[in-house]
Amino acid sequence: MSIDASWYLTLAAVLFTIGAIGLLVRRNVLVMFMCVELMLNAANLTFVTFARKLNDVAGQTAVFFVLVVAAAEVVVGLGIIVSIYRRRPGATADDIHGLKG
Amino acid sequence: MLRVVFLVPLLPLAGFAILLLSGRKLGNPWAGWLATFMVTASFVVTVVVFAGLFRLPGSDRSYTQTWFSWISAGHLHVDMGLLVDPLSMTMAAFVTGVSALIHLYSIGYMEHDEDFPRFFVYMNLFVAAMLLLVLADNFLFLFLGWEGVGVCSYFLIGFWFERDSASSAAKKAMIFNRIGDAAFLVALFLIYERTGSLGYRTVFAHLGSVGEPSLVAIGLLLFGGAVGKSAQIPLYPWLADAMEGPTPVSALIHAATMVTAGVYLMCRINPILYRAPDAGHVIAAIGAATALLGATIACAQNDIKKILAYSTISQLGYMFMAAGIGAYDAAIFLMLTHAFYKALLFLGAGSVIHAMNDDQDVKTMGALARVMPITAVTFLIGWLSIGGVPVFSGFWSKGDVLLNSYAFSPALWAVGAVTAVLTAYYLGRAYLLAFRGEQRWVEAKPRQAGLHPHDPSWVMSLPLVVLGVLSALGGLINLPIHPDLDFLNRWLHPVFAARLFQHQWSLGGVWTFALIDSVLALLGVSLAIALWTHTYERPAAEPVFLQRAWYIDWAYDRFLARPSTELAVETSSVVEAKGIDGAVNGFAWMVRATGRRLRKLQTGYVRNYALGLGAGLVLILAYVLTRAS
Repeated sequence: MSIDASWYLTLAAVLFTIGAIGLLVRRNVLVMFMCVELMLNAANLTFVTFARKLNDVAGQTAVFFVLVVAAAEVVVGLGIIVSIYRRRPGATADDIHGLKG
Repeated sequence: MLRVVFLVPLLPLAGFAILLLSGRKLGNPWAGWLATFMVTASFVVTVVVFAGLFRLPGSDRSYTQTWFSWISAGHLHVDMGLLVDPLSMTMAAFVTGVSALIHLYSIGYMEHDEDFPRFFVYMNLFVAAMLLLVLADNFLFLFLGWEGVGVCSYFLIGFWFERDSASSAAKKAMIFNRIGDAAFLVALFLIYERTGSLGYRTVFAHLGSVGEPSLVAIGLLLFGGAVGKSAQIPLYPWLADAMEGPTPVSALIHAATMVTAGVYLMCRINPILYRAPDAGHVIAAIGAATALLGATIACAQNDIKKILAYSTISQLGYMFMAAGIGAYDAAIFLMLTHAFYKALLFLGAGSVIHAMNDDQDVKTMGALARVMPITAVTFLIGWLSIGGVPVFSGFWSKGDVLLNSYAFSPALWAVGAVTAVLTAYYLGRAYLLAFRGEQRWVEAKPRQAGLHPHDPSWVMSLPLVVLGVLSALGGLINLPIHPDLDFLNRWLHPVFAARLFQHQWSLGGVWTFALIDSVLALLGVSLAIALWTHTYERPAAEPVFLQRAWYIDWAYDRFLARPSTELAVETSSVVEAKGIDGAVNGFAWMVRATGRRLRKLQTGYVRNYALGLGAGLVLILAYVLTRAS
């Protein structure tokens, strides 16, 4: 039995919304980081869904690229977070506003 | 033998390069000897090439040596190459010969100058540029030499640049020449546009297909360049100021060679002028007017170099008069003899100035003949020569010009005749005031009290003597009295051929004119002797308007130079400060004000940026979706 594509897409939309809202409302940098991952993977899910439905391998290829970029982003992002933790006690994003104009 | 012609300009150029790199090390006087050697070697090579050309039959006397392709862009092809023909070799021979003598003279004249090596750097560069100008086989290459001599003239007029007057005279020369050069450049564009080439041979071969108005325009525009370089009306005042340079420079550049470049150019483009007689008439008229104007001003000047400068302007006017009516061989003949006697007069003046401790006022000299016999005798020869006294070279060359101008138009001849009288008069005045009469320098200038003027050393005397002999005997190269004796005319004939203005005079006519010329010359000479032998103050003969050079320089200053200076000052204080700076500063102020408002957006909170991203995404999606539906 196969599940209709709309379920996957709905799931992806829900995941994306959770990620987006989480990014906007949470203050903890690590949690915000996870929210970003959530949005990325929601997009990946959409890609895979359409790849399967349209029988086109291009969607899956795109997912691989996103995964690779996300992995690189994790490396850089975590590196930044670790170095922030070293300099200040908490991990609240609002404390870091050195670019305030 | 013709193939060594490339050495002619390259030897002085090599001298320039060596002196530029190690002139200081060679020092005084070896830098001068090196420069003199290079120019002398160039003269020897010129003589060899000259002889080689002479051995060829008359119709074959043209040889082009192409060095390399200089510019190749689209249809424009310009080669760097030298043209050897009777005209260019005549020019090259007298340029190198006179230059060598003046270089030798300069070793003595400049010996106490701290910048001795720099002087010879410029002198050698000048000779090289002049030779390129003369030997070039196309208009663009000629223009390169043309600008080269211009810039050397600038360097050498401003040689003593610590003096304000010298540096502003240099700038004046540069600016007047630029005005002429602008016309020259337009002429080049027009030539290329009409004939598709810049090489003499091709251009002259295509003249048949060019309309006469274009040819008149080309001729007049090239003449515009010549007016600047050769100091004709209206661009002549720079030459009088150019006397700020060291005297050998005045002799070499502002009398014997560079200023004759304009006349050379007119002779070179004779095929163009032949097809554009109107241009020729303008040239002859301006030449005649300049001849008279220069001569009148020279009558009332007291600075010995200024007298010679205005005399040069006047003599150049004669040459243009001859070139304008088509008597090119007469123009070249006068140019040659003028190079001899004018260089002689300038070098003589230089030796006087040297002896008088840098005083140039003839009114404060007097009685120098007793203490400076060599200078006095050679200066006397120069005077008689330029005055056109029989058997001296000027008699033959000026007679040639006057003869041709009478055949063309008696009015031109009349102007020339008046000028001839004045010429013999004003140089007589200079000679008599400086060398005869009472000794005046002590009472005029007490600081000259301990002065003992004397003839200069042999390096300065030798050029005087050689040039004195040439001035006296120079007429031998072109005696009009017998068809076998006009060597120069026959030598130059292949270049000018049928385009030459020629009037067949009977021998009686020639002799009649020779007699009239002699009378004119002797009239000027006796006038000078009558007026200036016993006195040195004669205000009636030196009206103020002539001393002030007809107020023309004043008028240029009042109506052109000063208004444009004021305009420039106004522009810099108003337009530049308020307009241009205002616009730039206003723009900067606007950017800063906008930035001050916009920086509020940069809160530094990541969530705000993320919200901005999200909002932007929503907007883009909304736009795409509404378009899709």
